[in-house]
Amino acid sequence: MTLAISVLDGDRLALARLLTQVENNHPDGLAALDQLYPYTGKAHLVGVTGAPGTGKSSLVNQLALYYRRRDQPPRVGVLAVDPSSPFSGGAILGDRVRMRDLAGDQGIFIRSMASRGSLGGLAAATSNLAQVLDAAGYEIIFIETVGAGQAEVDIARHAHTTLVVETPGFGDDIQAIKAGILEVADIIVLNKADRPGVENTERVLRGMLQLASVEQPVDYLGHHATGEEGQTLVKQKSSAWEIGIARTVATEGQGIGELAGMIDQHRQYLKASGVWQQRERQRIQAELDALIHANLLARWRKHISEERYQQALNSLVKREHSPIQVAKALLDGDEI
Amino acid sequence: MGERKIRVLIAKPGLDGHDRGAKVVARALRDSGMEVIYTGLRQTPEMIAEAALQEDVDAIGLSILSGAHMVLVPRLLELLKANQQRHVSVFVGGIIPDEDIPRLSELGVSGVYGPGTLTENIIRDIRQAVLGRNDPD
Repeated sequence: MTLAISVLDGDRLALARLLTQVENNHPDGLAALDQLYPYTGKAHLVGVTGAPGTGKSSLVNQLALYYRRRDQPPRVGVLAVDPSSPFSGGAILGDRVRMRDLAGDQGIFIRSMASRGSLGGLAAATSNLAQVLDAAGYEIIFIETVGAGQAEVDIARHAHTTLVVETPGFGDDIQAIKAGILEVADIIVLNKADRPGVENTERVLRGMLQLASVEQPVDYLGHHATGEEGQTLVKQKSSAWEIGIARTVATEGQGIGELAGMIDQHRQYLKASGVWQQRERQRIQAELDALIHANLLARWRKHISEERYQQALNSLVKREHSPIQVAKALLDGDEI
Repeated sequence: MGERKIRVLIAKPGLDGHDRGAKVVARALRDSGMEVIYTGLRQTPEMIAEAALQEDVDAIGLSILSGAHMVLVPRLLELLKANQQRHVSVFVGGIIPDEDIPRLSELGVSGVYGPGTLTENIIRDIRQAVLGRNDPD
């Protein structure tokens, strides 16, 4: 039995092994991913991002428990991403510590991932692993990351619904809430809501949301609306989803039901408005273009001798020609 | 991207009160380039085996201070076998009396480390066990 078929059959060990192969870009793993592709596209991907210490893991723990307690519970996957050390390349992946309540439930699968320091690669790797879980039948997949760099923002954009987790602060802390979260958030979660400062923090957040909707229409992919394509997306946004704020105390299980309700509402909105399908198409297009791009570049590089390529670079370094001239010459097969 | 990443699960089965030692080892393994899945205190062998499976780890480091190792370790090894994860190397640290070491080795434990063990030795042994043997792929 191939790995792909075992995964479709519900073999959890095969699933774990395949996740490893895909994460490592092993040719067998990627081939299996190809076989599984027809079975993807069903899962609801929920990104959970926020600064360290905001309680993301505890939140995911509670949400997973909540969904699993429903009648006809969905199977829940969790991808927990933590940063790799830039010095050693190693990582401590500690999100499972907060998810002990999920142990023993065969309908839950938790996988920890290290960022592994590759700039664009993390979002691609996470997307691939999510696809494997999707094909394996996990209907809601939480993708948890530290909302720090561009890579994490990219992961958030891959998700259908993105939760940005904040905690109460007072005084100067509040000013530290970055406006950038509004570009990725579909739902803002104010966790540790039993702490002082929660009223103030919520007020500041609501103020930011109002300002954003008036001044700067932001399309659902987090890009500022520009150009024709942007205009269409802006129209959709205005008819549509209002970013809500949910108060939770994850460690006590408070506010979880309401939050799950908002997540479900967002999913319904995406499907009903056609935004789910549109986003899917755009995401797939981006993936296809990236693959074609990489492939074309690799093929072209094989046709050119290293010597000629270095010669071209040298002429640029010496300012003998401009980059556009050199690129054209290389592609046309002309003398530089 | 270079040498493949070794994934190690560090777990504390049983009722130990603190995990200082386990954290020291976890950090050392991270600093040597490994990915350490840290699961915290009060794990049961069942929870550890399940985590090892989901995370597809290469090795498991058990830290046991309570003296319950002769019950916990065999139970975990049994579960790993049942889950077809026999290739996962199991290392044990903490408070393990010398007289129990031969029996643990017989059961299949790859290494036993008492207090004061140099972390370099643990790192070397894990590398040897994981990279030195044939890949199950």
